[in-house]
Amino acid sequence: MREMIISELTQAMQDLARGFAHYLPRLIVMLILAFLGWLIAYLVKVILRSFLRLIKFDRLSENAGASQLLNKAALPSATEIVSRFVFWLTLFGFILLGVSVLGILSLQEEIARFFLFLPRLFAAVLILFFGMLAASFSARAALLAAVNANIPSPRLLSLAVRSIIMVFVLSVVFEDLGLAEQTMLVAFGIAFGALMLGLAIAFGIGGKDLARRFLEQKFVRTKKEQDEDELSPL
Amino acid sequence: MEDGNFLSDDFLRQLINVGEVDILVGLPTHNNAKTVGPIVHTIRNGILRGFPRERTVIINADGGSRDGTSELITGVSIDDLRPDSTVYALRTLHAISTKYSSTPHSGVALRTILAAAELLRAKACIVISPESESITPEWISGLIRPVYYDGFDLVSPTYQRHKFDGLLTTNLLYPMVRALYGVRIREAYMSEFGFSGRLGSQFLERNQWSDSNGDNGAELRVTLAAVTGGFRICQSFLGKKDPVERRAADLVPALRQSVGVLFSALEPDFKVWSAISGSQEVPATGDDLEFLLNPLRVNRKRLRDMFVSGVSELESVFQSILSSSTLAELKRIAGLSEEEFRYPAELWVRTVYEFAAAYQKSVINRDHIIQALAPLFRGRVFTFVVENRNASANDVANNIEGLCLEFERLKPYLLEMWKSKE
Repeated sequence: MREMIISELTQAMQDLARGFAHYLPRLIVMLILAFLGWLIAYLVKVILRSFLRLIKFDRLSENAGASQLLNKAALPSATEIVSRFVFWLTLFGFILLGVSVLGILSLQEEIARFFLFLPRLFAAVLILFFGMLAASFSARAALLAAVNANIPSPRLLSLAVRSIIMVFVLSVVFEDLGLAEQTMLVAFGIAFGALMLGLAIAFGIGGKDLARRFLEQKFVRTKKEQDEDELSPL
Repeated sequence: MEDGNFLSDDFLRQLINVGEVDILVGLPTHNNAKTVGPIVHTIRNGILRGFPRERTVIINADGGSRDGTSELITGVSIDDLRPDSTVYALRTLHAISTKYSSTPHSGVALRTILAAAELLRAKACIVISPESESITPEWISGLIRPVYYDGFDLVSPTYQRHKFDGLLTTNLLYPMVRALYGVRIREAYMSEFGFSGRLGSQFLERNQWSDSNGDNGAELRVTLAAVTGGFRICQSFLGKKDPVERRAADLVPALRQSVGVLFSALEPDFKVWSAISGSQEVPATGDDLEFLLNPLRVNRKRLRDMFVSGVSELESVFQSILSSSTLAELKRIAGLSEEEFRYPAELWVRTVYEFAAAYQKSVINRDHIIQALAPLFRGRVFTFVVENRNASANDVANNIEGLCLEFERLKPYLLEMWKSKE
């Protein structure tokens, strides 16, 4: 009995030692990969940060309205966020690569799926950024045009333009990420439809006086108003 | 030398038929049938009176008129003038029309005229606005003579205008061009002007012509090219000029083609203007500049309302363009009552310079920067109108001079912002 226990224990210890001996080199490779990953990720971060500063990415982000959002959330600048994001992404990628060396099948499948997801994630981030840029540009253009045309509530008009574009951009982003595609499609349809219906009702009921004034100003201006209108600037 | 490839074959054929000329009169048009007939008569009259021996051509660059403008120009024969004229041309006066595009672009029209002047080797050229109904034959002499006889390269006009006419010119363009480039050219954005073949050829060759934006505002670039190129410039007093009818919507395009062009020229011209201090008069011919003082109805309330709403609605835009102290001051004056409201000269100059620096740094889209200036300009117009409501011509001139000196005094402020990295 005693001998049997000792034999089983020895066998278990030997299995453990064999297993450990089997995994140790892989573990070391994983740690080396993680260290290399950290080094490369750090280098990528530094280079990317310098490049983004060179191309004045923060100004671009300010134009897109992203900086204001970051400021409100007390987050660092857009350059810093993007640099850190790429750092962690690279490091995480190397760690996953290291983990895959361990040869755990179920983990390997998940890692493969993650790497397949990366291009879509990048595309989504790009779409979101340029979408925000387009929304911010169009909203500001609408605001300026409305102010210079003396149209009432220019900020509301600007907000409507921004909202329409952002709703569209977000729906594209979610579709690209493959997150709740059907839900997003329905949500987009409902949100866009509701927005249009709201605008139609607002223009129809709330804006009838505004529309009348606008049409009057456009088509039935009196001679006196024309005379007083504007001085020749040049 | 420009190759003139953008000119149509038919136009080139007509130019070849004309041959070399001494004087070229350029007339850019777009649906100006209402006014262009008498203008062409006056041009021909002016040529017959002042330059009967010179070979002359009228070049009409048309931006797709559909009201028969071109036919009116080419259809006016020399015989039409004889019943009421005692002078006769000793040379043929040609009139050629070309349609450069189906949409009007003042820059493309000017480029066409300049290319024609170069091909015909014109010694003196003038450009006349098709909207200047108050033109007289003396305008033609006034613009041609300094170039043709006195060797000037650019003749910039001065007019007798109403004190409230051309306020963008008197409150921004003239003072800023004067302060930065050191020359006192009253009408830097010229609707009429004369130039030598030398200046025309150089400008045609060196200007960055762009097919995409139509080069609107090239008239101001001619002035700046003459100044920075060291050409001989003079001013010629042409007489009374009636204001052209404008609508509220015309302000932003006017800002784009004048202030936008000036701001965009500051970057390539930095070495020139940063080294200049003070300003010099340019030689002038004719009477002294004076203002018409007849009463004019101005909707002051609307001007102020648009300023106030602009400051309030565009605060987020101004935060990117203006310094916090300037913006705070603008917000303060926007809160004043109509009686107390004043947009002082110093604040106006700071605003303009901060806009110019923001334009250089492209803090936001450059066209948006120009558009954002419109409501603030209305506030300045309100103040100018109030301050000069009962002013004499001398007082108005003194007030404008005071503003010019303010622009000159604060020039280091612009330089400081220009050189700062952020």
